[in-house]
Amino acid sequence: MTLSSSALRRNLPQCGALIAVLLANWLLFPDFFSIRVQDGRLFGSLIDVMNRGAPVALLAIGMTMVIATRGVDLSVGAVMAISGAIAATMTQAGWSLPLVLLAALGAGLLCGLWNGVLVAVLRIQPIIATLILMVAGRGIAQLITEGQIVTFVSPGLAAIGSGAVLTVPTPVVLTAATLAVTALLVRATALGLMIESVGVNRLSSAYAGVNTPVILIAVYVWCGLCAAVAGLIVTADIRGADANNAGLWLELDAILAVVVGGTSLLGGRFGLLMSIVGAAIIQAMNTGILLSGFKPEFNLIVKAAVLMVVLLAQSPALSLLLPRPRSPANARPIAAKVTGKAPGKAHKEGSAP
Amino acid sequence: MSMTWLTSAFAATAVVALCAGFSPAQAAGGKLVVGFSQIGSESGWRAAETKTAKAEAEKRGIELKISDAQQKQENQIKAVRSFVAQGVDAIFIAPVVATGWDAVLKEAKEAKIPVILLDRQIETKDNSLYLTAVTSDTVHEGRVAGEWLAKKTGGKCPVVELQGTVGSSPAINRKKGFDEVVAKNPGMKIIRTQSGDFTRAKGKEVMESFIKAENGGKGICAVYAHNDDMAVGAIQAIKEAGLKPGTDILVVSIDAVPDIFKAMAEGEANATVELTPNMAGPAYDALIEMKKSGKVPPKWIQTESALFTPDTAKAEYERRKDAY
Repeated sequence: MTLSSSALRRNLPQCGALIAVLLANWLLFPDFFSIRVQDGRLFGSLIDVMNRGAPVALLAIGMTMVIATRGVDLSVGAVMAISGAIAATMTQAGWSLPLVLLAALGAGLLCGLWNGVLVAVLRIQPIIATLILMVAGRGIAQLITEGQIVTFVSPGLAAIGSGAVLTVPTPVVLTAATLAVTALLVRATALGLMIESVGVNRLSSAYAGVNTPVILIAVYVWCGLCAAVAGLIVTADIRGADANNAGLWLELDAILAVVVGGTSLLGGRFGLLMSIVGAAIIQAMNTGILLSGFKPEFNLIVKAAVLMVVLLAQSPALSLLLPRPRSPANARPIAAKVTGKAPGKAHKEGSAP
Repeated sequence: MSMTWLTSAFAATAVVALCAGFSPAQAAGGKLVVGFSQIGSESGWRAAETKTAKAEAEKRGIELKISDAQQKQENQIKAVRSFVAQGVDAIFIAPVVATGWDAVLKEAKEAKIPVILLDRQIETKDNSLYLTAVTSDTVHEGRVAGEWLAKKTGGKCPVVELQGTVGSSPAINRKKGFDEVVAKNPGMKIIRTQSGDFTRAKGKEVMESFIKAENGGKGICAVYAHNDDMAVGAIQAIKEAGLKPGTDILVVSIDAVPDIFKAMAEGEANATVELTPNMAGPAYDALIEMKKSGKVPPKWIQTESALFTPDTAKAEYERRKDAY
């Protein structure tokens, strides 16, 4: 009981922020929550938020695992571009869909393996190790597409981006499935505990018998796979691979989603579901700005302001300054402050030490 | 084995000796040699510009040396210096940024090598540092797109606009040109405008929201996209909303890349204004003219902003698909 209530309080800023952003969207655009079925597919602004947020949510799932080990993966945007480029060029060359998907996911796996080996075996700092692929990866994608936007005609591949499963857009289904599998892997087994322990202290985890290199490589591989799926979605959505722009800067959105979700960059503790909430907050803001009719020059300012509020609400230093009515330890100083201004009222509350 | 190695080593030495002795222009036997510092491969259009520059050079018997700057000005400056050192006959630059060129252009001027800017202008106090600039008038492009739409709809049309990257000069100018036409037609109005970052994915996402915000797209007569890629994204969004692009919502955009001709041939787009990738062609001509008769070209050579509509789309697609 105490555990769940403390978890609730910890997650309150994010959930509150998501609800606030959704309500703000609704105020700006009254039809925000209206949903209908169009061509066998759910259609509405709320669906857009989930559909457009899917790539960042997928990246955030992988990124949460990596950040929990006190790492970071800057290469996910470039991996998206690579997997998309492979899928589009292979489809254009006439390969069958299963092979195309296998190759695209395989590329993500290899990229993750590369990052994982650099971090776990060669012990390069994650930010530098993954920076290599962040820079080189986009070049690889451009090599594959020869600098062009490679378009393809393949209803099967296109369905991954703009199809639907029982009226729910495929990207949303894929994200939900990835979330479920990841949650099962880390929470139903001891894997999550080991990931957290590596994040807290790699050396003592190793002494305690955790196979730290394997755990580290595994999280980077998983992150690469998630990025490959996100890349497939983005490519399938526009029916073309845009190596210059696919996934550009999305690694930053993914890190932001994880941090907004309350996972510390110092590792050791993670909230998978909250990272998804973080991704949803970011996308709800993007969609809201588009619906609101603000000038595009304000997009980034609005986003920055909202994120600032969410992050401040989570700041431990700031929460000490703010009133905490339920916590008896904090009740006294507040009452004492009130005493100074309005003695009568404070006495009624009975605050005199 | 060692014979081949020796022969090639000898050949290499001979080439080095030749290069040290004569300028390559002479070595090529009176052939004009042009060094081209290209920005990098940022878009399909840019790749087409490079490809066209090569093809046009071949047509005129010019030897073209291309240096890819990978989006970095320092690489472009290095490339210009190396072209000066090689003693080329002219240097073409597609400048990645507008400022910071004075020093290196002075070096080229001192070496008496003319510099021609391609597709972008630079900011400098001393205009004599470059011979001429071959660029498109991006304000005019917006105007041509707007005028077509005004004519097509009889001047009555609520438009949604997909802007390019916020603050980029083509986005500012293409908006400006279109706005001029809107101001002249009281029945035309831009009801929504947002940035789609010049990309397909963002163009699609923004258009999805526009359709929802405007009563399922019923209030939208046309979409004006600052480039074809965003228009292609918007076309997909219109289709997914159960509307017909090209009929229910008109689609007009700028650039004239092959994919928009494909869409036009299928009746899903209505017009595009060409930003020609052939920037090098007019530059070669100006250069040859100057070498021959000493005629100094004007400071600005404006490329044509031609409008294309569906009736020529199929042929244009066939003509262009290999250039890009």
